Amino acid sequence: MSEALNSGSAGKTMTLRIRRGGPGETPRYDTFEVPYQDGTSVLDAVMWIHGHVDPSLAIRYSCVNANACKECMLLVDGKVEYACTARLKAGTMTLDPLDNKELIRDLVTDIVPPKERLRNILAERG
Amino acid sequence: MSHLATDVLVVGAGGAGMYAAIAAARNGAEALLVDKSMISRGGATIMAQMTVAAAVGHQEPDHWTHHLADTIEAGRGLCHEELSAILCREAAERIHEMDRWKVGWARKGGRMTQVMAPGHKVPRCVYVDFLNTGPAVAKCLRTQVAQGSGITRVGGLSIIAVIVRDGQAVGAVGLDVETGEPVTIEAKAVVLAAGGLTKLYRRNSASINMGGDGYALALEAGAELIDMEFVQFFPIGHLAPRLVGMDPIMWDPFRYKLGGRLLNGDMQEFIHRYGASDSGKYTAMRDVTSYAIIKEGEAGRASPHGGAWLSFQHIPERELRAAFGPVIDRLLKNGIDLLKEPVEVAPIAHYHMGGVRVDAEMKTRIAGLYSGGEAVGGANGANRLSGNAITEAFVFGERAGRFAGLYAQNRRQAWDARAAAPVLDRMRAVAARETQGRKWTDSPTGRMLAELQTVMWDQVGLLRTGAKLEAGLARIRAMRAELDRLPFPAETPFNLALLDWHDLRASLLVAESVAVAAIARTESRGAHQREDHEEMDPAQTYNQTVELAGGALRLGKAPVVRYPFQLENAVAAE
Ligand SMILES: Cc1cc2nc3c(=O)[nH]c(=O)nc-3n(C[C@H](O)[C@H](O)[C@H](O)COP(=O)(O)OP(=O)(O)OC[C@H]3O[C@@H](n4cnc5c(N)ncnc54)[C@H](O)[C@@H]3O)c2cc1C
Ligand code: FES
Ligand code: FES
Repeated sequence: MSEALNSGSAGKTMTLRIRRGGPGETPRYDTFEVPYQDGTSVLDAVMWIHGHVDPSLAIRYSCVNANACKECMLLVDGKVEYACTARLKAGTMTLDPLDNKELIRDLVTDIVPPKERLRNILAERG
Repeated sequence: MSHLATDVLVVGAGGAGMYAAIAAARNGAEALLVDKSMISRGGATIMAQMTVAAAVGHQEPDHWTHHLADTIEAGRGLCHEELSAILCREAAERIHEMDRWKVGWARKGGRMTQVMAPGHKVPRCVYVDFLNTGPAVAKCLRTQVAQGSGITRVGGLSIIAVIVRDGQAVGAVGLDVETGEPVTIEAKAVVLAAGGLTKLYRRNSASINMGGDGYALALEAGAELIDMEFVQFFPIGHLAPRLVGMDPIMWDPFRYKLGGRLLNGDMQEFIHRYGASDSGKYTAMRDVTSYAIIKEGEAGRASPHGGAWLSFQHIPERELRAAFGPVIDRLLKNGIDLLKEPVEVAPIAHYHMGGVRVDAEMKTRIAGLYSGGEAVGGANGANRLSGNAITEAFVFGERAGRFAGLYAQNRRQAWDARAAAPVLDRMRAVAARETQGRKWTDSPTGRMLAELQTVMWDQVGLLRTGAKLEAGLARIRAMRAELDRLPFPAETPFNLALLDWHDLRASLLVAESVAVAAIARTESRGAHQREDHEEMDPAQTYNQTVELAGGALRLGKAPVVRYPFQLENAVAAE
């Protein structure tokens, strides 16, 4: 995670609106005030919320810095982006799960290839 | 209860785990390859951007025994030399095999390009252009895994415990990340390929899945760990400004090539004050560089984020562009203009030399339990050469899968639900403590992870003293007790907080094993630097082992395994 967020030395704050809940639930947006610096990523902010404010917030990611795992895709202000390469900016930004994938919960969608999805494997041979 | 059965269960799907699954399958076993993240994406392998060491001799004449000599020298007397020899001997075979699988090693005129890396006496490190080594390796192995027969892949399954019955591994219990429900898996053999532990440290190059699960799984199964005190810190990891999409250790080769200047918070060169000459060239040893950066910080002369400045501004633009190539543009995308400003760097936790204690077949002392990759300890001793880690993932992963596959042949399943019951009871008890529908304003698990990372960084980190280590150990032990009372949310599916809780449980046990080993080694050697014992002590030329005995960690000593190699004999034998 960004050292600035970790050490609390970030100077500015901005607002993140994040879509919450699972399939079939009425969509709701929670609003979080987030500290940031130039360059802080959307993923840094979501990790910060999960680790400091609301541990019930769900997102999928692994590599944090490398932009290698490609697990963190979501919608930033309606546009498809990697959470780890999208940068925070002043004002308010809105995060939604990908809208072309099955929603699991919060920002997590089903992007796992069907052949490696546990549910399918249990159904086949469990 | 969900249940699966397989011949060989492979825990972790990085370079080592994928190679293990391939090798188990081609040795006649059926393999189940599981990862808590998605297959091939969760760990260090896909994040590595640099190089892979192997004496393929495409650039200059080389031989695996030269690679071995360099590896043993870097290990400061503690390499398990039989493992080191296997690593260096089989490296070329794996590199050539991956070449046939079209991984895309960089080539010039039909020969693989090999570059110099610190500690190697010849250009020995192959790579995939451009800074694409890890992603290319991950993709290549993922394709082999998918195309081969006999391998089933499962993402989103976090292994919580290996199940042992009568001294024999018989399977495992996992947590379905999506549903939060337990899954039992019966297997004739289990391979631990769950990677390293650098996430335990505040400054790290880790993914979220590198909290040391593999080591905790081994300990609780009754296997031993070795060399746990040796965590590798990389001296000039990237610190600021925020950089994404680049390996945080990328500065090293450029500083080496171009002579980047290291400056303190007052914009003064400082390495020379610590007994090393730097003079615009990257000649200072890694441990001196780390030491100097930390000491400048302690003296109040750190850069704004607590590290040092690295400046390339004195280098003409043409030269800079020639050296950095397309990297310059990736940096610009991150808002970093090397012509105009320096960046901040600091030591970061990067790799773990220690790990699961195995023999030459990658077998632990528990029958049917194997390990491969960074999870294994010993081959690199007290310090690892750059480029040896991916090699280790390939070579040890392949061997672990191969020997586990052979072991599983003609063997019956020995699963016994009663042996898994205590783990399932514990998982149920944890799940019962989930807190429903609460409005959170704080994250107790997040706070504990952050504290653990700070304790490890400050007290079990790069510069150690007996007093600091003891204080760190006491705090880690207290946290282990507190963990059992931490509340966390119940919102499902994909309850990341439940996963956090189980991760923390493993991480605390592993952190404790690093601390106890570091306390007992009262000398400075390789990556283990004690400010209260600054010299290397020849009398401590042994490996330390850690095991769980009656719920407590117990330290042991093991003589270093030497490999009677003589270059002439080795060459003659081939
Ligand atoms: C940023 C970075 C750059 C590096 N650069 C280089 C380099 O240039 N050259 C080099 O030689 N080395 C490099 N290294 C080191 C090298 O990449 C690793 O040592 C090596 O890739 C480890 O491979 P592995 O398969 O053992 O582990 P990993 O690739 O880390 O895979 C382990 C897998 O296990 C999974 N896992 C963990 N716990 C569980 C569990 N409980 N249940 C199920 N699955 C689990 C993880 O999700 C992960 O996918 C680098 C490391 C990093 C972090
Ligand atoms: S976190 Fe891995 S690509 Fe974004
Ligand atoms: S420095 Fe090359 S492997 Fe990490």
